[in-house]
Amino acid sequence: MSDPIKGSYILMESLLREGVDTIFGYPGGSIIPVFDALYDYMDKFNYLLMRHEQGAVHAAEGYARVSGKPGVCIVTSGPGATNTITGIGDAMMDSTPIIVITGQVGTSSLGTDAFQEIDMVGITQPITKWACQIRSADEVADAVAKAFYISTTGRPGPVVLDFTKNAQNELANFHYERCTYYRSYIPAPHVCPEQIKEAAKLINEAQKPLAIVGQGVVLGNAENELLQFLEKADIPAASTLLGLSAMPTDFRLNKGFVGMHGNIAPNMKTNECDVLIAIGMRFDDRVTGNPNTYAQQAKIIHVDIDPAEIDKNVKTTAKVLGDAKETLAALTQAINPARHEAWIQSFEPYEQKEQETVIEKELHHEGERITMSEIVRKVSDATQREAVLVTDVGQNQMASARYFQYKQTRSIVTSGGLGTMGFGIPAAIGAKVGAPERTVCLFVGDGGFQMTIEELGTIMQSNIGVKMILLNNNYLGMVRQWQELFFHKRYSSTAMANPDFNLIANAYHIANRHVTKRDEIDEAVADMLKDDQAYLLVVDVEENGLIYPMIPAGETVTNILTPKA
Amino acid sequence: MENKKLYTVTIFSENHVGLLNQISNIFTRRGLNIETLSVSPSAIEGIHKFTVTSFSDLDTIEKVVKQIDKRVDIIKSFYNTDEELVYQEIALYKVATDQFLALGSIEELIRKYNIRILEMTTNCVVLEKTGHYDETQGLFEELSEKLTILQFIRSGRIAINKSKIERLSDMLAKLNKEHQQ
Repeated sequence: MSDPIKGSYILMESLLREGVDTIFGYPGGSIIPVFDALYDYMDKFNYLLMRHEQGAVHAAEGYARVSGKPGVCIVTSGPGATNTITGIGDAMMDSTPIIVITGQVGTSSLGTDAFQEIDMVGITQPITKWACQIRSADEVADAVAKAFYISTTGRPGPVVLDFTKNAQNELANFHYERCTYYRSYIPAPHVCPEQIKEAAKLINEAQKPLAIVGQGVVLGNAENELLQFLEKADIPAASTLLGLSAMPTDFRLNKGFVGMHGNIAPNMKTNECDVLIAIGMRFDDRVTGNPNTYAQQAKIIHVDIDPAEIDKNVKTTAKVLGDAKETLAALTQAINPARHEAWIQSFEPYEQKEQETVIEKELHHEGERITMSEIVRKVSDATQREAVLVTDVGQNQMASARYFQYKQTRSIVTSGGLGTMGFGIPAAIGAKVGAPERTVCLFVGDGGFQMTIEELGTIMQSNIGVKMILLNNNYLGMVRQWQELFFHKRYSSTAMANPDFNLIANAYHIANRHVTKRDEIDEAVADMLKDDQAYLLVVDVEENGLIYPMIPAGETVTNILTPKA
Repeated sequence: MENKKLYTVTIFSENHVGLLNQISNIFTRRGLNIETLSVSPSAIEGIHKFTVTSFSDLDTIEKVVKQIDKRVDIIKSFYNTDEELVYQEIALYKVATDQFLALGSIEELIRKYNIRILEMTTNCVVLEKTGHYDETQGLFEELSEKLTILQFIRSGRIAINKSKIERLSDMLAKLNKEHQQ
């Protein structure tokens, strides 16, 4: 056996054994020994020094979402650790596999209110898939192995490893064995033939089936299985926000995007279909509106990996538990080929209505000011639908989710469940690092941009070629929209006096441009996309812009607001 | 809204630091109050058993149990109503010896409540009663009327399922076997 090594070096070796190639981090007192070890591993890891621990976690999320590999970040104890909470909660809500390694004071100081001590395991247990404190060097390898196993298998999620300082410094023998089993943890239920049979029967009897595709399909690498399933029984399908890009935009049966700002047709059809097949989605309230009026006429089949999601928000007729790749393949085998031409055609009037009342007005706007939608579509077109879309949260997010288009999977990185403003810039950094060969386009509002604006420093230092499109309306646009529609235009706390964003980009040596007029867009977008360097395109957009269609919160999915004529 | 009733949630878990926090968080999220709690090692070494009672509606307790079951360190979790269980609590009562002797009806009281006397000194007598809540409470109330109870303590519920044989060891063996394959 080789000589004992320090716990901090065991961490480095363990990360290598797990195939980690990228680390996002920020150092501090209780994690210095780990950063000291990292100094000897700089040729093994692509390490990015972020500007805030929140950025480190969001970057790890962005990395994981595009690459399918777990994102890793390392931060210090106390405030470093608490700064990761938003990102950990975000990853929990959106089932993103990340490993957050936090420093911790020495074991002998635990519980004494030592300098920068915080009960990280206690704080994060409700918002992690698993949280573990490493108290001695000989626990490091096992803890890391278990962390990766738990984070990446089954329904993925965040794991916290709280690494005490003594465990970083002490010596232990290094022996690594990847974890493949933990007796109290069943990653994915076995596919049950009876469940497949029952669901197939319902699908075979359906005259008006509708599928709703969630991120479970992407997380399960089941995109091909999905398309085969839909094709075989000719089932129209729509995506949730996180399910976008699981199907190519031009796929024949792709009927768009469901939910609060989704497309009219699939939202209306939710309450007309006879069988609703929900695949790897969790009936979020932004999808269902009022659950008591949601698809009441339909038999609902819920296909999911997580038994706790079944009947949680919407009562189902039949469940199919298991990994989407296996369940969809089994379902495809069990169902009969079918055609639903009339049913699929019946989507068209709604699509026509949305085209006329919303999309045309957005993309060919009569007003002088640029709309968010038109710039999104221009960028999507200019990147031949091959770019990765990263969004912040709010109107920028909904406009880009509606108007960006996709050819391949894992092409959208957005904060769905938690709705984290400030997610955009760091997530885009992570996405670019995770998919360096792809163009990564961030759409962000002026509010969210300023929540994590410090990460421009990371972009500068690590030379990250992200294309940032700042949709500036000088408002917290989505809140302003709710105030306009539901709060008698009382614009409380939503108008923003903003800095000159181009000057800020200049200070960080990031190429940039400011667009205020429609006829400048094409050239500016071409300029932004001419190379693989970072770019900030500041676009002044319509201040009074509203995202339509809209199902007001808690309303029936068919109660859809469209612009007044 | 469904009427709330008392459910007994039984949880088998790994014996780790922080398990109680993980479990109680799930009750907290849904605003459920934990009425009683009892934790002890189970029949299988290294596995702990939690017995929690809480007033809830059926829909909520079903979801709570699913979410507990989902936690990585939880082996199995389920819920039962009182009719499905044999359950028991234990209560201890400390009273002053002179007051106790002055009752004059000690034999009758002991027979009525099936009391055990655990300790008797010149100062105090410690009584033990096991039973359902109503029974331990009944003795508490009767004693309270007749004398001063110096100390009173009641345990959380422990329960055994009437309908099923507890085969956790079989479940673990099956999981292990599947893993080996």
